[in-house]
Amino acid sequence: MDSAQRRTSPQPTDAPAISVRGLVKTYGDVRAVDGVDFEVRRGTVLGLLGPNGAGKTTTVRMLTTLQKPDAGELLVDGIDAVADAAKLREHIGLAGQNASVDESLTGSENIVMFGRLYGMSRKNAKARATRLLEQFQLSDAADRPVKNYSGGMRRRLDLAASLVAEPPVLFLDEPTTGLDPRSRLDLWEVIEQLVAGGTTVLLTTQYLDEADRLADDIAVIDHGKVIAKGTPDELKARVGGERLVVALADEASAPDAIAALGPMCTDTPVVEDGAVKLYVSRREGAIVEAVRRLDEAGVGVEDIGLHRPTMDDVFLALTGHAAEERTDDETEEATA
Amino acid sequence: MRRLATDTMIMAERNLVRLPRNPDLFTAFTIQPIMFVLLFVYVFGGAISTPGYDYVDFLIPGIIVQNIAFGGFITAMGLAEDLNRGLIDRFRSLPMSRAALLAGRTLSDVATNTLSMVILIVTGLIIGFSFNANIGEILLGVVLLLFFGYAFSWVFAFLGMLVTTPEAANSLGFMLVFPLTFISSAFVPTESMPSALQWFADVNPFTVVVDAMRALWLGAPAGNDVWGAFVWSAVIIVVFAPLAVWRYRAAAER
Repeated sequence: MDSAQRRTSPQPTDAPAISVRGLVKTYGDVRAVDGVDFEVRRGTVLGLLGPNGAGKTTTVRMLTTLQKPDAGELLVDGIDAVADAAKLREHIGLAGQNASVDESLTGSENIVMFGRLYGMSRKNAKARATRLLEQFQLSDAADRPVKNYSGGMRRRLDLAASLVAEPPVLFLDEPTTGLDPRSRLDLWEVIEQLVAGGTTVLLTTQYLDEADRLADDIAVIDHGKVIAKGTPDELKARVGGERLVVALADEASAPDAIAALGPMCTDTPVVEDGAVKLYVSRREGAIVEAVRRLDEAGVGVEDIGLHRPTMDDVFLALTGHAAEERTDDETEEATA
Repeated sequence: MRRLATDTMIMAERNLVRLPRNPDLFTAFTIQPIMFVLLFVYVFGGAISTPGYDYVDFLIPGIIVQNIAFGGFITAMGLAEDLNRGLIDRFRSLPMSRAALLAGRTLSDVATNTLSMVILIVTGLIIGFSFNANIGEILLGVVLLLFFGYAFSWVFAFLGMLVTTPEAANSLGFMLVFPLTFISSAFVPTESMPSALQWFADVNPFTVVVDAMRALWLGAPAGNDVWGAFVWSAVIIVVFAPLAVWRYRAAAER
């Protein structure tokens, strides 16, 4: 069988690797995915960013043939995900919260099993497993049952399993949710290597920093709709950049502090809980400059720090009422 | 079709490799049946009257049928676990035969059922069981047991996907199948039961299969039991295999 070989794409290379148009999926009265459109350029990473229940996972499940859409057009690697679902499965890999591995098998046995299910011979699957486990630094654990793996090792194996057949398009559904920071970094590096090798990746995540680090483009999704698209820098600009928080030694000096910091900020500083808070346009040197300006103005400082925009900040900036709306939603869901 | 066969074998191999690594499961169909045989023969055996047979001869075909029918609980638990952990989604995203997951499960049960059956026959022979049959009848009995066990694996495959956890699959299977095996001729002659129970016991497929086994292995009068037992097993597969596939589709696409 040749199905394990890397396929030459039937599409010209300038055609998008993933194209989604008018995608709809409803569950009863709930429109989980409500007219989603996006494209992923070949060899790039699209980050699908949104809170829990936004419709990210449902979108991925439809793109990976696990569910049928109610409406819309889905093309992955030039293949129709509904009409040619069986063919598409040879061209994609899926990893993350929705695809796991067998806990009782060893790492190596898992990869060999998945390789053979892609149509590889046992011998080829074994050779591939050895290479993949080495690439993902799991060689030492290759013959241990997965239930003895750490969370980070499990996710690496999960990712390795999705790469057995060297798919040109890879779907990663919240690949680092629940991982410790060190393991997240490791996994990010592995994903970056894959993309450098030409793989197209669709990544869903709740974390802005993850999308920021890995994605070439981001689509923000909420209530089943894409509410913003752009590069990470474009989106951050819409959020208002980094937030500088200065805790004052004496709250009475707030007006002096605002006057001193005014030239640095992109909006009007606010005073909350004895601290001055403002958005700065540049991260580099912001703290040093702020300390110098405050010192020159004779303002006493207790603490100073820069805070990156969070998912909540993005939602607040994009929807204007994110937090409140999400609370309403939870109530609706609870009573539904 | 070739794809289905290859993938089914891969899945069956996976199930069998997993088995010895789950000691709880492993004792469930090795040590436990031996314990049951010993308890029945030595605790109840003296009090149960089985005209024409020693109790150990009467019991062994019955308890093997009960045991084989329960062999399918590994399928129920395994499927519930795969669904629970999201492993089914990975399989469904692969270019593999979709029927292979269920077919591989039920096929690997045949291997574990064979192991169970051998253990029980050996235990029986040690404590005094003896065949009253020629080699052809003994082998036909073995085929019937494995076929009936395979049929019940599809019942358990269906049950395993009605519930959401392996534990629930186990207890649901136990609650439904356990009374069926006891209200039959497996452990006592049905004539000793109250009339309503006896009526149920006589139409119970377990009784048909157990009586067929006694006809094949002990030379008991066969009547329609042997072919009736094969027909029952086939009917169970025809009914429960599509039900299992239907639940599998529904559960996987939720």
